[in-house]
Amino acid sequence: MGIDLIIFTVLSAIAIAAALGVILSKNPVNSVLCMITCFVAIAGHYIMLNAQFLFVVHLIVYTGAIMVLFLFVLMMMNLNADIEPQKRNWLKYAGAISGGALLLVLVAALRDASLPAIQAGGKTDIGLVSNLGKTLFTSYVVPFELSSVLFLSAMVGAVVIGKK
Amino acid sequence: MEFTIDWYFLIEKLLLISAVLGVSLAVAMYSTWGERKVAAWIQDRRGPNRAGIFGLLQPLADGGKLFFKEEIIPSHANRFLFVLGPSLAMLTACLTSAVIPWGDTLTIGDRIVSLQIADINIGVLWIMAVVGMGVYGIMIGGWASNNKFSLLAACRGASQVISYELPMGLALIALFMLSGSLSLKDIVEQQREGVWYILLQPIGFLIFLICAFAECNRTPFDLPEAENELNGGYHLEYSSMKLGFYLFAEYINMFISSVLMATLYFGGYAFPYMDSLGLDGNTLTILGIVALFLKTFFFIFVFMWVRWTIPRFRYDQLMKLGWKILIPLALLNMLITGAVVLFRQYGI
Repeated sequence: MGIDLIIFTVLSAIAIAAALGVILSKNPVNSVLCMITCFVAIAGHYIMLNAQFLFVVHLIVYTGAIMVLFLFVLMMMNLNADIEPQKRNWLKYAGAISGGALLLVLVAALRDASLPAIQAGGKTDIGLVSNLGKTLFTSYVVPFELSSVLFLSAMVGAVVIGKK
Repeated sequence: MEFTIDWYFLIEKLLLISAVLGVSLAVAMYSTWGERKVAAWIQDRRGPNRAGIFGLLQPLADGGKLFFKEEIIPSHANRFLFVLGPSLAMLTACLTSAVIPWGDTLTIGDRIVSLQIADINIGVLWIMAVVGMGVYGIMIGGWASNNKFSLLAACRGASQVISYELPMGLALIALFMLSGSLSLKDIVEQQREGVWYILLQPIGFLIFLICAFAECNRTPFDLPEAENELNGGYHLEYSSMKLGFYLFAEYINMFISSVLMATLYFGGYAFPYMDSLGLDGNTLTILGIVALFLKTFFFIFVFMWVRWTIPRFRYDQLMKLGWKILIPLALLNMLITGAVVLFRQYGI
């Protein structure tokens, strides 16, 4: 048993426990905190795969920016459980079924996927900044620039809604 | 399979981590003393002078006082989150020190010890990530207090940190265009061979400095703790050492920001003519550490100097400065840097 395996086991345990905490805890703020813990644990997995850039971007974007927004919204809302409307039963079933279907699709997709980074056991250098940057700006430059236009339009949209 | 753990490596890193944390805490502790002495000097007073020579024992007395104060947790507050807030503030303040190169390598016996805890090639991005997570300490603490002033201050603090992260990142991008590397160690080594980046990136440094003030919630951007409007800010309900942690985290952040400014723009542990002195490696390394700390102390002094000189901004002025002045300026700086780098690579 190498040190890699120990770290992997610990990180996975934290990630799964935190993910369960997200859906099981009654208090939404606790859910958000569990989600942050889960994201940090998953970021740890990225660093185990030597995907350093993905690791840090995951931290900056998800734990740093998106979860702060979540927390902002939750803190501004009234979190009193008594006045929270009870969800209807069919909504719960619909949620469970669609979630299960998504799980099925993900498992099916992962079964046949080739994951060179994982098979190489974190020994590849594809996740380093310079390699990733070269790939993005040579082979995938058109989709990359198009997605930045998409982001720009989202930003303009937010400003337009905010001005109303 | 068997355990393959390099124990020397682990012990070396543990010692290094303890040393860095110890130094951060000690510097933060004496920054509180320095802050009062600088304030006294600027306002023509004497400052603390009763506890020990020059009041040097004052931080210890303050710490002891904070530990022995009664701990009050408001009855309507969420206890777990209330304790988590200051803990997170301390944690994120200490995390950044991992990627800073505190010195060159030391040679002990036949082992070469690097005085940097982790030389990852995304060093600066790691700092941005930790700075982004620093918001949680403020937000959770402010919200868990169950007090409208704390919540208002937490919102102010969080939006301020998020807003000023953008120009900071943009100023750093211009620096990376010159350095071609995100590793702090590489950036220092380049400045050791060439010129300090302050000469190539003066505007970038100015933006970084202003943003560092905002990220540390220091005057003139200390709106989250504006006493006259918010009774003391997000740590209004905190007492005893939990309040101490919040205040302490601010000083650690100040120390780390100063080290960062010294490292990124002022050569870090490199100093002029260091390679032409003809000294051996270990002596040079120790001199380098001294140089880094001298630069750092200068920036800590600047932080204090500004605090006791410039009054606080109004909140709308703060946001206007961040979004309408600093971000366009940083973008312009980035554009010019990019053009110059391109020109030097390819000619016209």
